Amino acid sequence: MRVLTAALAIAVQVIVLLGYFVSIPVLMQFRLILTDWAVVIGAVAVLVGILNLVIVHWEKIRTRQKGSMYGVLLVGSLLLTFVFGILFGVENPFMQMAVDAVIVPVEAGLMALLAVTLIYASIRLLRQRQDLTSVLFLVVALLVLVAIMPTPFGPIPGDRFILYIAGLLSNGGARGLLIGIALGTLLTGLRILFGVDRPYGGN
Amino acid sequence: MIGLVVVILAAVFLLAFSVWRRRTPGVFRRIAAYDRLNREVGLAVENGTRLHISLGRGNLFASFSGSALAGLALLRRITERTSVSDRPPIVTSGDAGLTILSQDTAQSGYQAAGAEDQFRITAERVTGLSPFSYAVGTVPILRDENISANIMIGDFGAESALIVEAADRQNAGLIAASENLAAQSIFYASAKDVLIGEELFASGAYTGAGASHEASLNVQDLLRWIVVFAILVGALLNLFGIGF
Repeated sequence: MRVLTAALAIAVQVIVLLGYFVSIPVLMQFRLILTDWAVVIGAVAVLVGILNLVIVHWEKIRTRQKGSMYGVLLVGSLLLTFVFGILFGVENPFMQMAVDAVIVPVEAGLMALLAVTLIYASIRLLRQRQDLTSVLFLVVALLVLVAIMPTPFGPIPGDRFILYIAGLLSNGGARGLLIGIALGTLLTGLRILFGVDRPYGGN
Repeated sequence: MIGLVVVILAAVFLLAFSVWRRRTPGVFRRIAAYDRLNREVGLAVENGTRLHISLGRGNLFASFSGSALAGLALLRRITERTSVSDRPPIVTSGDAGLTILSQDTAQSGYQAAGAEDQFRITAERVTGLSPFSYAVGTVPILRDENISANIMIGDFGAESALIVEAADRQNAGLIAASENLAAQSIFYASAKDVLIGEELFASGAYTGAGASHEASLNVQDLLRWIVVFAILVGALLNLFGIGF
């Protein structure tokens, strides 16, 4: 069974990979079919993920763990919206209200919290690490903030120069990082293609 | 066609280096974050605390799934090494497909270590399917599950700051890596030991996952030199007005 799983996964990977590079119509068509299947399986995986979430919280509630009341709230509201959504559709005004009145304000609140958290993180940067690169990181971040922020007197002198230099350096650095990450991703993919790493189990 | 040549070249190099590395194991430069990771894994087993491994919210159908796959390779090593502990690591992710893979990976790790009974289906969890719900769902785990160290490796965004902040409040160790540039800058500002850029793909080699992981690092280095050479040649040709 393990060998069969690995052989199947490797065969599918080879077909999809070749479908990208070699323009043979049959291969390309086969790649599209496999990708469609993957999308359907991905959608089913979401349901499995939600089931996992329910099981974890149910376990919390059953064993009366700390914060289990939040679990009750989560499972209750999940079941309610799930059943309501299936019966009346996602276009129903009550479903829209669940999104507009609950999800949007909560996410907006978290976004505001995130802004404060990021400021706090930058303040304590020097507590974590006292070296030249940390100081440089902080100075560049402050300069860019000063250059882009609106002031009552209009743009500060030299703002374009600061943004130009910072943009030049950050673009160069970002490209370097992304090339390294692309190579790492390529090699990780090849290890999975060769069956050395098998995240799908059977290893 | 160039893409296919690069893939074939990388595959040939990987096979050749894997054979070589089986005979002569590699010696790599020290990376403080991996030293700390190995230390934290050992400490968690000794102290009876848990590790929390966060795989991010990388969708496996998107291009940013490489780091999540690297995270799964690391998870496999960690489950093997912590199989003697009575508190298995908790794995969180923000993508359902990734959670299923993390369950398979953890189960394989325990099976390989001969500790199949350690596997708990509730130890690998989806904590939320949107960036913020994922972060907010992860925060209580850091507080309630006796976590001694957080290993964040995968595709994160700015919301990772909320998780990092919560980890800091619990005085838990943090080892963080992502391929997302925004997350990298947050980790750099927040974590003591941070992995920059492609260092995240070295997790297997630095945790003793085997010759193929060491070979991957060698091939990455080799390909990086080829890319540097190509960029320099391209810049020179461009300088002299030779287009191609």
